[in-house]
Amino acid sequence: MKNQNINTNQEYKYGFTTDIESIKAPKGLSEKSIKFISKMKKEPEWMLKWRLKAFERLKNLKEPDWQKPKYPKIDYQDLYYYSAPKSASEKPKSLDEVDPKLLETYKKLGIPLQEQKRLSGVAVDAVFDSVSVATTYKEELTKKGIIFCSISEAIQKHPDLVKKYLGSVIPITDHYFATLNSAVFTDGSFVYIPPNVKCPMELSTYFRINASDTGQFERTLIIADKGSYVSYLEGCTAPMRDENQLHAANVELVALDDAEIKYSTVQNWYPGDKDGKGGIYNFVTKRGACRGKNSKISWTQVETGSAITWKYPSCILQGDNSVGEFYSIAITNNHQKADTGTKMIHLGKNTRSKIISKGISAGQADNTYRGLVDISRKASNSRNYTQCDSLLMGNKCGAHTVPYIKNKNFSSTVEHEATTSKINEDQLYYCNQRGLNQEEAVSLIVNGFCKEVLQQLPMEFAVEAQKLVGISLEGSVG
Amino acid sequence: MLVIKNLKASINNREILKGLNLKINPGEVHAIMGPNGSGKSTLANVLSGKNGYKISGEVKYLGENLNDIPVEERAQKGIFLAFQYPLEIPGVNTNNFLKTSLNTIKKANGEKEIDTIAFLKMVKEKAKELGIDEKILSRQLNVGFSGGEKKKNEILQMKILDPNLIILDETDSGLDIDALKIISDGVNSSRSEKKSFLVITHYQRLLEYIKPDHVHVLSDGKIIKSGTSELALELEKKGYKKLN
Repeated sequence: MKNQNINTNQEYKYGFTTDIESIKAPKGLSEKSIKFISKMKKEPEWMLKWRLKAFERLKNLKEPDWQKPKYPKIDYQDLYYYSAPKSASEKPKSLDEVDPKLLETYKKLGIPLQEQKRLSGVAVDAVFDSVSVATTYKEELTKKGIIFCSISEAIQKHPDLVKKYLGSVIPITDHYFATLNSAVFTDGSFVYIPPNVKCPMELSTYFRINASDTGQFERTLIIADKGSYVSYLEGCTAPMRDENQLHAANVELVALDDAEIKYSTVQNWYPGDKDGKGGIYNFVTKRGACRGKNSKISWTQVETGSAITWKYPSCILQGDNSVGEFYSIAITNNHQKADTGTKMIHLGKNTRSKIISKGISAGQADNTYRGLVDISRKASNSRNYTQCDSLLMGNKCGAHTVPYIKNKNFSSTVEHEATTSKINEDQLYYCNQRGLNQEEAVSLIVNGFCKEVLQQLPMEFAVEAQKLVGISLEGSVG
Repeated sequence: MLVIKNLKASINNREILKGLNLKINPGEVHAIMGPNGSGKSTLANVLSGKNGYKISGEVKYLGENLNDIPVEERAQKGIFLAFQYPLEIPGVNTNNFLKTSLNTIKKANGEKEIDTIAFLKMVKEKAKELGIDEKILSRQLNVGFSGGEKKKNEILQMKILDPNLIILDETDSGLDIDALKIISDGVNSSRSEKKSFLVITHYQRLLEYIKPDHVHVLSDGKIIKSGTSELALELEKKGYKKLN
C-alpha cells in the first residue's frame, strides 16, 4: 500500500483557481446563447440545428425529482453556458502554443502534458472549462487511423461519423439534463477506433471546472468499430467555491461487432466543505451501446468528489453475446450525497452483465445504489450478476440499495446479492496494534473492501484511486 | 521492561482489574493463568492500549509511562499482542498487510523502509522456519483461515515485526498438538535477552512447551499468587478454587 505518504490533514488539494481571462457566452439559457456557443465553435449549420432542436425539446421537459438527494432549485438563467480561456479562441496547433498558465494548472493537477509525451504513455485530451486545450500523442494515434480529438474538432473534420453516432445512444429527447447538454454542450472528447485496431495506449481526458458560475457540459463520443479495442480514462477536479456548480455531461459509447470499450473514471470534483457548503452537482448521463455481436462495454468508476453525484453509467446490450460490466466505488463523507448505479438493458440473446458496486458512507453522508437490470422478452439465455456492498462509518450516515429487476425471459437468470456492514472497531484495533494509525487503518480496510473494483482500473489510475480513497475518508473515524 | 503498579481498569463502570502489580525484566517469560472472567484478556487489552477502558495506576514500559500513548504508538515502540481472536480483513492481502505494518513501524522508528523484494524473501524464510505454509501469505488477511492458521499467522507477524514485549493472549486456545508445537517453537526460538513475554493462558498444557520463568495466578482482577512453573502444575492438579 502506498498510503503512508499521505499527508493526514489534507484538504481538497485541487482547490486552487487559475487566473485566466475568459470569454463567456451571454448569461442564461436562450436561443441566443446557444447560437453564440455554436458560432464560437465555428460549427456547421446542421450542428446548430441539432442543438436548437434539443433546446425546443427541453422547453417541454421537467427536471426529474425522483432521486434521493434533494438540492435547491437551479436557476438555469443564472449560469454561463460557455466559458473559454481567451487565449484559446485561436486554437493552439501544438503544445508550445498553449497558454503557459494553463499548462501550469495541469502541472498542479499532476498531469504535466509535456512530460506525458515521454513518460507515461497516456494520450491526454484536456478539457479546461469548455475548450479542449491540447491533445497529446495525436500523431502516433493517427498512424493507426485512430481519431482522438475534441468533439468540436470532430464536428468540423469528421462530420459523417459525428452525424451518424452523436445522439444515437443518448437521444436529444432523452431526459432533462441530457437534453440540456445536447443544446449547450461545449466540448469534450471524440474517439474513433477503426476496425481491428487495438488502441496501443490508454486514452485519457482530464476535466476541470475553473470559472465561477459556469456549468460544464462536455460531450464525449467513443466509437469502437468492428473488432477494435480501447481503454479510456477520465479524471475530474474543480476549484473550491462557495456556490454549487453544475456538471451535466453526456458520454456515449458505441461498440460494434467484437469490439470492446473500457471506460474508467476517477471523479474527484470539489465535494463542498465540511459543513456542506459549495461543491459540484455531478449530474451526468453515461450510456454505452453494445451494438454489435460479441461486443463488450465495461464501466469502472471511483466517485469520491462532488456535493451530489447522480449518475447511472449504463449498457444497452443489443448485440447477441454482448457483455456489459459496471464496477463502482462511491465514497461519500461529510455532507456529500450520491445516488448512483447502473442500468443493464438486455436485448440480444446470450447477453451477460455484471454489476459490482461498493458504497461507502461516512460523516453525515447519504449513499444510494440504484440499479436496473432489464432482460427483454427476446434476450434468451442471458445472465446478470449483481453484487452491492455498503460500508458505513459512524452512525450519522446512510446507505440505501434500490435494485429494479425485470426479467421477461424464462431462460435468463438474474442474481442479486447485497450486504451492508459497519466498519468494525475491532478490525481498527487490530490494525492499530500492528502500528497503523486510525487513518491508515481505515484506508487499508476500505481499500480492501473496494478491491474488486480497484483491480479493474488501469495501473496509473489504481495508485491514485487508492490514495484518494484514503484521503476522502480522513477525519471520518473519531 | 514492564512495570505495572496498582493497575485498575474498568469498562462500563464495572471494575475488572482491581490493583494489579507486575514486574517483567528483559529476557523473562511470565505466564498469567486464571479462570474465566478473572481479567486476563482485559490485561492484554489494557497493556496494548485499547480504547474504552477507564484506567488508574501506572504502567511503565522501558521506563516510559504508557497511560496516554495510543495503541499504534505502543506497537511502534515494540509492544506486540498476539490476539486471541485475530480479525478478518476482507480484500487485504496478508503479505501486503504485513509489509505495511512492518514499514509503518520502521518509519516511526526512523529506520529505512524495506522494499517488496527484500520483504518477500524475508517473509518466505520466516514462514519456512516456522513450518507455516506460505500459501496463507497470498490470501486475504485471516479470511477463511482455520483457527490454527490464524494463530500461526499471529506468530509469523511477531517474528517479522520483531517486538520487545510480546503478549500472547490465549494463543493456545483451540489448537491441536501440531499447531501448538509450531507456535511454541516460534516463541521459543524468539526468546532472547532483549525480549520479554507475557503468556496468558487457561491451561498448563502450553507451559509444557513454553517454559516460563514466573507464573502468576490472576483472580478477580488481582494477582493472588506468584511462583515458578511448579505453580502451574499445582494449579492443574488442584484447580483455581483451592487457591482462594
